[in-house]
Amino acid sequence: MKFCGPKLSLCGIIISIWGIIQLVMMGFFYYIRSVALIEDLNISEEHKFTDPQDFYSTADKMYSLNAYNCWIAACLYIFTLVVSGHQFYMNNRNTMSL
Amino acid sequence: MGSLFRSEEMALCQLFLQSEAAYACVSELGELGLVQFRDLNPDVNAFQRKFVSEVRRCDEMERKLRYLEKEIKKDGIPMLDTGENPEAPQPREMIDLEATFEKLENELREVNHNAEALKRNFLELTELKHILRKTQVFFDEQEGGLHPTESMTRALISDDSIARQVNAGPVQLGFVAGVILRERIPAFERMLWRACRGNVFLRQAEIETPLEDPSTGDQVHKSVFIIFFQGDQLKSRVRKICEGFRATLYPCPEAPSQRREMAMGVMTRIEDLNTVLGQTQDHRHRVLVAAAKNIKNWFIKVVKIKAIYHTLNLFNLDVTQKCLIAECWVPLLDIETIQLALRRGTERSGSSVPPILNRMDTFEDPPTYNRTNKFTSAFQNLVDAYGIASYREINPTPYTIISFPFLFAVMFGDLGHGCLMFLFAGFLVLREKPLAAKKTDNEVWNIFFAGRYIILLMGLFSMYTGFIYNDIFSKSLNLFGSHWHTNYNVSTVMSNKDLQINPSLSSDYDQVPYPVGLDPVWQLALNKIVFLNAYKMKISIIIGVLHMLSGVSLSLYNYRYFKDRLSIYCDFIPQVIFLVFLFFYMVLLMFIKWVSYGPQNEFADSPACAPSILITFINMVLFKDAVALENCNTVYMFSGQGAVQKFLVIVALLCVPIMLLAKPIYIMRQQKEKHVQLVNGHATTENGDAEGAGRVVQQPPPPPAGGHDENEIGELFIHQGIHTIEYVLGSVSHTASYLRLWALSLAHAQLSEVLWSMVMTKGLILNSWIGGVWLWFVFGFWAILTVGILVLMEGLSAFLHTLRLHWVEFQSKFYKGLGYAFAPFSFEVILNTASTAVEE
Repeated sequence: MKFCGPKLSLCGIIISIWGIIQLVMMGFFYYIRSVALIEDLNISEEHKFTDPQDFYSTADKMYSLNAYNCWIAACLYIFTLVVSGHQFYMNNRNTMSL
Repeated sequence: MGSLFRSEEMALCQLFLQSEAAYACVSELGELGLVQFRDLNPDVNAFQRKFVSEVRRCDEMERKLRYLEKEIKKDGIPMLDTGENPEAPQPREMIDLEATFEKLENELREVNHNAEALKRNFLELTELKHILRKTQVFFDEQEGGLHPTESMTRALISDDSIARQVNAGPVQLGFVAGVILRERIPAFERMLWRACRGNVFLRQAEIETPLEDPSTGDQVHKSVFIIFFQGDQLKSRVRKICEGFRATLYPCPEAPSQRREMAMGVMTRIEDLNTVLGQTQDHRHRVLVAAAKNIKNWFIKVVKIKAIYHTLNLFNLDVTQKCLIAECWVPLLDIETIQLALRRGTERSGSSVPPILNRMDTFEDPPTYNRTNKFTSAFQNLVDAYGIASYREINPTPYTIISFPFLFAVMFGDLGHGCLMFLFAGFLVLREKPLAAKKTDNEVWNIFFAGRYIILLMGLFSMYTGFIYNDIFSKSLNLFGSHWHTNYNVSTVMSNKDLQINPSLSSDYDQVPYPVGLDPVWQLALNKIVFLNAYKMKISIIIGVLHMLSGVSLSLYNYRYFKDRLSIYCDFIPQVIFLVFLFFYMVLLMFIKWVSYGPQNEFADSPACAPSILITFINMVLFKDAVALENCNTVYMFSGQGAVQKFLVIVALLCVPIMLLAKPIYIMRQQKEKHVQLVNGHATTENGDAEGAGRVVQQPPPPPAGGHDENEIGELFIHQGIHTIEYVLGSVSHTASYLRLWALSLAHAQLSEVLWSMVMTKGLILNSWIGGVWLWFVFGFWAILTVGILVLMEGLSAFLHTLRLHWVEFQSKFYKGLGYAFAPFSFEVILNTASTAVEE
């Protein structure tokens, strides 16, 4: 079954590989609570924390959440890679036989 | 081997070739591709040359091959491209080739002709078949067992008029049937109505299946029509209208039985025709398949023969008609190889007399030939796009190989983007051979492929600068641990939005910088841009001044090579002094500022008291005394700076008149002296006349006389004036121009940060596992934007700015670029251009 052209499937493969590498690494950095990524946590600027403990626990929660989300996305990219790889193979086989 | 630093040394050679051996020798030289022939009969018309008939025969063969190729492509037969490169065939083989092509062409033309005739026949029969079928319907509609025309008559003409005409005999309605293009029907109908005043009756029906036009091969839609009328006059009128509308008329018998018979006959004939057509197609296919196997090979052979005869046409014929004389530019280092090739050619042709290669002396400027390989050729092309180097001039390419990617990377510094670029170019480089064999005509792809080594280096250098800027997709890496620490207590942190870290305190800052590149703490700092701007602006000016200085230094090598001592003293030295005393001094000030001001020093030496480099420089040039800031002792960075600066500016400014006047005045004086000598020589000796004349002839260029002299001096002054103004003003504007390094680098960093915070961050706002799916989508979007905007568009802009910095700021310091390129006679080049021309 073929539903993407050769260019789209190649594009899918490249983005998937890139996505897997980058998202796994981003997940890892969130997991180790990287300070550089703190701006991406879903904590609004207006949010007033009453004490440090409150902030730490919220940040901790968000860090883990983002880490897991990154890994979920990475897994989805593995799936995308398989699909576009299959499509690419189908396209190539078709051109071979022609 | 030749070096990349200067173009090859060239020699003008005279080549004597025996008539019989000339063809084989030129063929060998064409394979070698190291010889550029000069046209020795430029005033001879192309039709009056010696080998016109051969060239014409080749043209004819090419035409036939192109015809064959067109037919092969029409049938969609794959052409075998083995990539092999057959040698140019012997002249006697040409006749064989011609005969083969002639035979093939005739065969094909005949087959095509037959096929067309058959197809036309087929079309006519099909149309007739349709007519019979459709008209049958018309007739059947009115069929009452009566005579068809009679029934029509009844239908059309009211009973009373028939009754009136009874005496005159039965009304005979005639009819014609035919086929017409469907789009012509409305006009046709209207025309018929008007021309015959409504006295004709038209019925039409569409033919459902499209028919093939035999001459063009297009599919056309047609309609069947039948027209009833009365009388001969109308008949001729109707026929004329049909002709005018290109309708084809077919005889259609009136009796139904005849029609049925005719239909049967048509069907059998169509079947017969089909089998014949099939056989014709098969035959054509067989011929074409056989031709497709060899056609590429043949093309190469014919192109080679034609190129050889073209070249032979450039040669001079000896008086005895026994040998051909050629003049050619040859790289000195390759003379051995060329002689070897010539000997091979002679052996192959079986001639006994060896060819003679004679070096000639010439005053003409030889062509510029830079030997390149696949790595350097892309860089050489960048330089050549500005202007081909003058003969034996310093070639900027070797320096460009490093400075180009480096300056690019300063603007494009991002580890992530550089990595993408590097991977892409790495793929192109690793898969070089299969990709080169593919030969697409996608222009963008070809540009990328040709520049793969440039892109590779640009990517590599960008990774380095990205590492120094500590930017990877606008995020920083904390590889060695930040050297800044916060020591604020909880309550301070909780109650303040922004806090400062004091670099003078050892508890806040380690007093040792981050080992490599930028401290990652800056990513979180509010004053990141302020800090980076100061750093990047200084870096750009430092790089720029060094780049320009290296350009000026290269001009020294040019002057020394061409033994132009005057230019060294009057151009090079003042130029260097001007640049060093003003702009390199500014660079030194930057380093002094970096070294001598620190947060832990006394207040007078603390960053608060550090003077602005720009203000200092402006004051220096304007001889203005600046006022020191409060509590700071002085505006100067070291003692005696004011005096040193005055000295530097005065010396630098003194260089300007030297650049402007020294050279023309010196030349003018020299010429005057010579003039005096010459006049004296004439006066003293009687026979000096002849000697003097001889000397004048021997010394090119001869010293020009009186009035002409002054003209030239005037020109020299103007030229030198332009040159000096360009250099002096250029130094200022070019130094400022290097600030684009900072500006683009800032823009790139900001843009990637914006892209991250506007797109990627939005992918992380969902507080559940759905966020993963959302992130999957957002990441794809972000990746496409990163490649499209940051890598491609920003990369292109950085590339263009780098190109400008090299062409204008760097090369204007030493590069003339007045040469012309060496264009050797080479089959490879000719075949490449031929194949691209065919594809267009």
